[in-house]
Amino acid sequence: MSPVVEAFVEGVIKAAIALGFLLNSFAIMTIMERKVVGRMQQRYGPNRVGPFGLLQPLADGVKLLMKEQIIPARVNVPIYIVAPTISVMVSLMAFAVIPVAPAFTAGPYRVGWWISNPNIGILYLFAVASLGVYGIVLGSWSSGNKYSLLGGLRSTAQIISYELAFGLSIVSAILLAGSLNLPEVVKVQSHLPWFILIQPLGFAIFAIGGIAETNRAPFDLPEAEQELIAGYHTEYSGFRFALYFMAEYINMVTISALATTLFLGGWLPINFGWFPGWLQWLDNFLLWVPGVLWFLAKVSFFLFAYMWLRATLPRIRYDRLMWFGWKVLLPLAVLNVLITALYVSLQ
Amino acid sequence: MLKEYVYVLILFVLAAGLTFTLLGLTFILGPRRPTAQKLAPYESGMRDIEPPSRRFPIKFYVVAMLFLLFDIEAISFFPWAVVLRRLHFFGFMEIFVFVMVLLVGYVYAWQKGALDWH
Repeated sequence: MSPVVEAFVEGVIKAAIALGFLLNSFAIMTIMERKVVGRMQQRYGPNRVGPFGLLQPLADGVKLLMKEQIIPARVNVPIYIVAPTISVMVSLMAFAVIPVAPAFTAGPYRVGWWISNPNIGILYLFAVASLGVYGIVLGSWSSGNKYSLLGGLRSTAQIISYELAFGLSIVSAILLAGSLNLPEVVKVQSHLPWFILIQPLGFAIFAIGGIAETNRAPFDLPEAEQELIAGYHTEYSGFRFALYFMAEYINMVTISALATTLFLGGWLPINFGWFPGWLQWLDNFLLWVPGVLWFLAKVSFFLFAYMWLRATLPRIRYDRLMWFGWKVLLPLAVLNVLITALYVSLQ
Repeated sequence: MLKEYVYVLILFVLAAGLTFTLLGLTFILGPRRPTAQKLAPYESGMRDIEPPSRRFPIKFYVVAMLFLLFDIEAISFFPWAVVLRRLHFFGFMEIFVFVMVLLVGYVYAWQKGALDWH
């Protein structure tokens, strides 16, 4: 085969695997969230469909597919239909540069565990993820409903406010790594400590910003049920609603994967290096576990934390949200970048 | 290097295909029985009075403008962050001056109440 065909086949296979992974993780997360939040509220969560309710996502998916396609009377039809598609496409595209495990050699080929590995990987991810706000704004604006419009406006203001601190917390990790290429960032963490240890403040800002970017509790003001019904997707039902839902969950996966890559050493195993002799087997075992599993375990931990926070924290008030984003998080993020820069420049 | 973006393009095509297939499926499978009530905007059971006005608080514009200013700042941090190791202390002083200039604007915006939300 010519190199062009080879690259094409490689791209198609990788993209198909990534899409399958993202859609399945979306399905698993819907049931996981209901189970986790249910248990935290002293109830069972779904347990009727299949063993332990595990087939619930399948039932939900089929149900949503069979639902009526309602186009409300007052909507702007083309935009109303396109908006959730934008949201979901953007969330699927953002995952492209996430390195899941180190590149491996298969026969004559060198294959990376990522779809694409541009030298500006993180900039690509940041840029694509910012486009997600279009899906929300267009959907809310075209719905012709005041709750949607308010939800959309709130969402935009929130996402753009927290994007600043979020971006700057990424800069502090980039400063330490000295590269915008995500596999490179992970490799640096194999000889430095994981960046969460050198950048605890940066990680905290990243985590808060990431939660606000994905509109999750306690920053789920765009969909504050008590005030705004469902915010920007009030007028959406059936599968178009499912697309918004899908976008939100896939964004959570991407943010968790990015947090893992930037701050938790991606596919690298936990390696203390100071085990006493009789615990050597544990060290060996940790090193033996493949990188993919490490990556998935770390991402799952973040996803669990998302659900944990949702079950624990109340939603914050809107003026407090803006106050926190602009007057606390942004100065802290700039300060963190300056301190990190001072440290790096003096080396 | 361009090859990497071809992979992104392939992912884009597959993702679009998937999304539109699902939308097409639901278009075929779902029933269509519209009634006037069903198509009315959702107003928590109240009768709908008028379309929402397209006017909204000026605060949102101010936030958007401030975002543009500070986001351009944040973007100029990225290339600097990559090469800082080679610029040494000079690189730090440069960004320090840059941030100080920005700080003046930030303090001005704060004092003018642009960051307050009522």
